[in-house]
Amino acid sequence: MNIHEYQAKEILRREGVPIPPGEIATTPAQIEQIARRIGGMVVVKAQVHAGGRGKAGGVKLAKTPAEAAAIGKKILGMQIKGLTVEKVLVTAAADIETEAYVGIIIDRASKRAVFMVSPAGGIDIEEVAASDPDKIMRIPVDPRYGLQPFESMRMGFFLYKDIAKARAAARIVQQLYRAFIDSGASLAEINPLVTTPDGEVIAVDAKMVIDDNELDRRPDIAALRDESAEETSELQARRANLTFIKLEGDVGCIVNGAGLAMATMDLVKYYGGEPANFLDIGGSSNPEKVVNALRIITADAGVKAILFNIFGGITRTDDVANGIVTATKQSPLTVPLVIRLTGTNEEVALKILAENGFTATNDMDEAVQRVVVLAKGGAA
Amino acid sequence: MSVYIDKSSRVLIQGITGRDGSFHARQMREYGTNVVAGVTPGKGGQKFDGEVPIFDTVADAVAETNASVSVIYVPPPFAADAMMEAAAAGVALIVCITEGVPVLDMTRVYPYVKELGARLIGPNCPGLITPGECKVGIIPGSICTPGSVGVVSRSGTLTYEVVDQLTRAGIGQSTCVGIGGDPINGTSFIDVLQAFENDPKTKAIAMMGEIGGTDEQEAARFVHEKMKKPVIGFIAGQTAPPGRRMGHAGAIISGSAGTAAEKLEAFEKAGIGIARRPKDFVELLRARL
Repeated sequence: MNIHEYQAKEILRREGVPIPPGEIATTPAQIEQIARRIGGMVVVKAQVHAGGRGKAGGVKLAKTPAEAAAIGKKILGMQIKGLTVEKVLVTAAADIETEAYVGIIIDRASKRAVFMVSPAGGIDIEEVAASDPDKIMRIPVDPRYGLQPFESMRMGFFLYKDIAKARAAARIVQQLYRAFIDSGASLAEINPLVTTPDGEVIAVDAKMVIDDNELDRRPDIAALRDESAEETSELQARRANLTFIKLEGDVGCIVNGAGLAMATMDLVKYYGGEPANFLDIGGSSNPEKVVNALRIITADAGVKAILFNIFGGITRTDDVANGIVTATKQSPLTVPLVIRLTGTNEEVALKILAENGFTATNDMDEAVQRVVVLAKGGAA
Repeated sequence: MSVYIDKSSRVLIQGITGRDGSFHARQMREYGTNVVAGVTPGKGGQKFDGEVPIFDTVADAVAETNASVSVIYVPPPFAADAMMEAAAAGVALIVCITEGVPVLDMTRVYPYVKELGARLIGPNCPGLITPGECKVGIIPGSICTPGSVGVVSRSGTLTYEVVDQLTRAGIGQSTCVGIGGDPINGTSFIDVLQAFENDPKTKAIAMMGEIGGTDEQEAARFVHEKMKKPVIGFIAGQTAPPGRRMGHAGAIISGSAGTAAEKLEAFEKAGIGIARRPKDFVELLRARL
C-alpha cells in the first residue's frame, strides 16, 4: 500500500526526524491560511501516488500566501499520470545547501532490509546506481540485532565530512529504521535529505510503501489508506477480495491464481490481442466472487470480449459455472464470453453451463485465440 | 528416487484442524502420503479422523512420531512462529502453504531456519508432490503422473496448467516443487535445480518463473555453469505494468528491474530452452527426453 508524502512525514516526525512544518489543504483558501501561518516562502506539493510530481508541475514554490493560493488552484484537480490531485501539502521552503539520499528497502537477494545512502540526492536513486555506483553505500541490517550505532555512523560519515552533520544524519537513519520496522514498510526513503546554510540536516521529501500483508495487524497504518487516490474499479475489486489491475486493452480476463492470470494475459498478447486487466479470483472461489468479478469487468466500456480461464484445483469449477450463470441472469452480457475450465468437478460445471446455454472448452490456447478474434469483432 | 519427499517421508501437519488444514490433510492421506501427526495447540491428545494423533506442540509431535516433514496451514499472523517452531523441533523439511506472511517476518524466519539446518519451502506456495509416492501441500494429485521431468515454479495454478498438459501428452514428472510467490522464500530455483541435477530419476527440468526479483537470472547462471541436464523455462508477466503487484507479493517490476524480457534474455544466454506459451513445454521437453 502506498501512503502519501504528508503521511510518511507524520510517521517520521513522530520518530523525531526534523522536517519543515507543513499542513494538508484541499482548497485555495486553506492553502492561503496555512501559508500565512507558516510565513515566508512555501512549497505547494500535490499529494498523489505517482512519481515525477515535480516534472508534471505538481510541486511549486510560492513567495506569498496569495501566490500559494493561486498556484494551489492550478495544482488541485490537476491530472498526474491519470490520477486527480485531491489535496496538497503546504510546507515551509527549506534553504538548501546540499541534497542527499537515505532509503531502506527489503532486498530480495540478501533476504534482509538494506539501507542505501548517497550524497547524490534529489534525483532517482536508480539512476545514481546505474551511472555512479560508487556514490551509493549499502548497509544490510541483520534482523536479529537491528541497526547498530556504528552502522548508522558509517552512513553519516559517508554523507558528510563534518562530525555534527554526520551525527545528525546517523540519528535520522536510526529514526528512519524504527519508522520502517514499526510501520511494517517494504520501502522508506528520504529524498532529499538536505543541509541548510546554518548547518541543519532535515528531511524535505519522504516516501513509504507499506507491505500489504502487515495491514491486518496494524490498523493504525491501514487507516492511512486514501481510497480517493485509487482507481474506482480497483477499489471495488479490493472490497470484493479480488486482486484486480486495470490495463488498456479490450480482452477482459477472469482467472484463478496469479501466475496463471499473468500467463493468460501474456497468451492474449501472443495471439495478437490486448488484455484489459489482471484479475485473480483466488483459491477457494465461491459463486459470489465470480459475480463481483464479472460486474467489475463489464463496467469497463473498453472491454470487447471476456475470457474465463479456470484451472480447478482448490477452486471448484462448478462454483465458477454457477457464478457465471447467476451473474449473467442478474445483468445479461452485452459482449461475447469465452469460457475455459478444467479440473475439479469439470463434468458438473459443463452440465450447468450447457443447461444455461453456454459452451466451454478445456483448452487454454483455443479459448484465448477465440476471445481475441471476438474482441476484434470477428466471428468465433 | 525423487527430490525432497518420497514414500518414506513422515509428514506432520501444523493447523490440521483448521478449514484448509483438515481438507488438505484428507487429500494428502487419500493420495497415500504418510501423515503421522497433526499439531493444533489445545487439541493435544485428540485424533484427526479417528486415526492421526494431534499434539499441542511440534516438539511433542516429533518426539512421539519421528516426523521429518511439516506442512503449515496456519493463518498469516502465526505462520512465522509456526515455521520457527518446526525448525526448532528438528524437522528437516518445512513446507509453508500460508499466503500473506509479512515480509519483515520472513527476514527473521529465513536465517533462523537456515542456522538450524532445515529446508524451508514457501511460504505462499502450493507445496510439492512426487507422483505416485507422496504429496505435501495442495497440488492436485490427479493431474500428475510418475516420470522423469522435474518441475519447479513460483506459481500454483500455472504449475497445474503445465503439469496437466505434460500428463495429457504422456510426459510424467519426477517431483513438482512450488517455491512460492513471495519476495523472500526459503528455497530458491537454484536449490531445486541442484536437487534435480543430483536426482538420477530426473532427466529434464521445467522451470516456471515470473516477473520480480532476480531469482530466475541467478538460476540461469547456475544452469549455464553447473548443470548438464536440459532445462526449459517460462516467464509469466510479459504484459505486466511496472510498479504493480501482480497478485503474488513478489511479482512486481521495481523501476526497470525484474522484467520478463530481462529474465528471458538471461535464459537465452544460458542455453535454457524457452517456452513462449505454457503448451510449448510439451514439445520442447519431448525433444530432450
